Amino acid sequence: MADPADTRDAALLAPIERTGRGFYWTVGLLSLLILWGAVAYWTQFDEGLGVTGLHQPVSWGFYVTNFVFFIGISHAGTLISAILRLSKAEWRRPITRMAEVITVMVLFIGAGQILVDLGRPDRMMNIIRYGRYQSPLLWDATSISAYLTASMIYLYIPMIPDIAILRDRVRKRKLLYSVLAMGWTGSEHQQKVLNRAIAIMAVLVIPIAVSVHTVVSFVFSMTLQPMWRSTIFGPYFVVGAIFSGIAALIVAMLVFRKAYGLHGYLKPIHFRYLGQLLLVMSLLWFYFTFAEYLTAYYGNEPEEMHVFWAKFSGPFWPFFWGMAVTNFVIPVLCLVRLGRHTIGKVLTASLSVTVGMWLERFIIVVPTLSNPRLPFGEGIYFPTWVEWGELAGSFALFALFFVLFTKLFPVISIWEIREGREVGLKEVEERLLTYLPETAEPRHAEPERGW
Amino acid sequence: MALWGMVIDLDRCTGCQACVMACKAENNVPAVGAKEAVRGRIISWMQVLTEEDEEHPGEVKRFLPRPCLQCDDPPCTKVCPVYATYRDPDGIVAQIYARCIGCRFCMAACPYNAKYFNWYRYQKEAPGQNPDVSVRPKGVVEKCTFCHHRLQKARERALAERREVAPGEYVPACAEACPARAIIFGDLSDPGSEVFRLARSPRAFRLLEQLGTKPKVIYLTEGEGRG
Repeated sequence: MADPADTRDAALLAPIERTGRGFYWTVGLLSLLILWGAVAYWTQFDEGLGVTGLHQPVSWGFYVTNFVFFIGISHAGTLISAILRLSKAEWRRPITRMAEVITVMVLFIGAGQILVDLGRPDRMMNIIRYGRYQSPLLWDATSISAYLTASMIYLYIPMIPDIAILRDRVRKRKLLYSVLAMGWTGSEHQQKVLNRAIAIMAVLVIPIAVSVHTVVSFVFSMTLQPMWRSTIFGPYFVVGAIFSGIAALIVAMLVFRKAYGLHGYLKPIHFRYLGQLLLVMSLLWFYFTFAEYLTAYYGNEPEEMHVFWAKFSGPFWPFFWGMAVTNFVIPVLCLVRLGRHTIGKVLTASLSVTVGMWLERFIIVVPTLSNPRLPFGEGIYFPTWVEWGELAGSFALFALFFVLFTKLFPVISIWEIREGREVGLKEVEERLLTYLPETAEPRHAEPERGW
Repeated sequence: MALWGMVIDLDRCTGCQACVMACKAENNVPAVGAKEAVRGRIISWMQVLTEEDEEHPGEVKRFLPRPCLQCDDPPCTKVCPVYATYRDPDGIVAQIYARCIGCRFCMAACPYNAKYFNWYRYQKEAPGQNPDVSVRPKGVVEKCTFCHHRLQKARERALAERREVAPGEYVPACAEACPARAIIFGDLSDPGSEVFRLARSPRAFRLLEQLGTKPKVIYLTEGEGRG
């Protein structure tokens, strides 16, 4: 199937074969931001966490917010890729690779936030040497490492046929591609094993992903603190994670579509479908938020209400209402009707949600800490240039990882597009026929048992 | 095994902060400086919280000295990923400064905000410090230990003299310094002790009792001496 002479998908190989000026400008700009982050981190490492705006009682701020946010973004990969693969949605073909790349790259950034947050990063290995499994942080460490492992495998396996194409066609980096292609020839047996492996990983990666953001929420909900101790935090965080993940995926798709001229592959229809998915997640997110805040308000427990009013009308109101507008009002207005200006509307909604979900994580982490139960007075948190630097550096590092990936490997799965043309079309027709009442069940289908 | 506890009589507390200063001197608690203090980074293992009296606003301030409450079911120890904070066999919640990774999860989990962080390296080895208490490096959490080093000293003395630790032999610095004798310390499991008797007083209550943390610092409500 992977005929090296096939030149129809040359556009997908172009970024790997040629490098334009835009690439160097992008890398230069990102490097500047990363440099800012690096200087910030070095300052913090040298002098202590005192260079941040953290204090007593707001002992967690930007870093923990970033941690929850970036780990949330990583859910783009599973949902889009695994669920669309399992449900045999044909429009997934140009999307899955990018979704999987986001997951892997952003997991590194997310896990890195914890290292940035530690007062003693030099003692990090204590987590393994003296690990206490009662602590939700250990659950996080376990779940995230499992997710990182699984999603790296899940990214790599469907890349093998593409790497083989690169090995045969691209004149650069022969050794790298030959090793990574693992002797792929595209034989029928190899293809069968590959499809089987992808299917297994797709099933495996979904429960792991759900567990990841559930235990991330447990960091908060296992404590006794007002507005943290909530039974719905697990699913609430997972929904928010998938929500922000889809938004990040759409933004990434639009960026690479523009940069690499992939208009032929990423069509308005793809963005319309993803936009509808984003709309559904926006409504679901609103439902969870509503349930969470209404129960707190109705219960009217004084300590919960301190935090509640701090968010609603207190010092955090711009963040709270900003979150409501960017996560709900803007996306719903943009996405309800996608008939015209699809791309513009979907992009607006996605950028809005990316900001909004960061605000949501912030509004969960900080107000609870700044309103202690005992009369200490309210702690107001102002991040310093160090925290802003880490935030900018983290985003830039993520973008840089992604851009470098696209220089080494195709950002859209070539063999899956070809498979769509050659096999998918026929398969879908056959499958469609089996749905219809006039057609008999295909012979290879499972015989019905019992009922 | 003794169950060390403290009773704080709020009727006697004058808010003079002698306990706070005694604690700082005894435990080498660093002075962070005015700049850091404004940023909310004061370290004060014993802290006197103040609250406006609801019945006499603007006239009466109420004081609440708050050491670590040494919970019997501490929310902070459960969440520590490296066993750097734990409840020791004496019931005291300890902190291992040499192991703490500075994740501050225990600070986020403590409903009493009794844990403090070394945002910078506030302490330098200098003459005039208590040699019995280790100096904390930057980036770790520290907390009240009921002056645990005093218990160790009393134990060693008793062991050398081949006897049990006598009541009153082990008292934390704050209890010793209180001029109003508002802080009473002793063995909560000894029916003969004063803390045992006071802990069963009708005035006795525990801070945020409803959270089920089972603090071993017990307060006696104001009332009788109110003028």
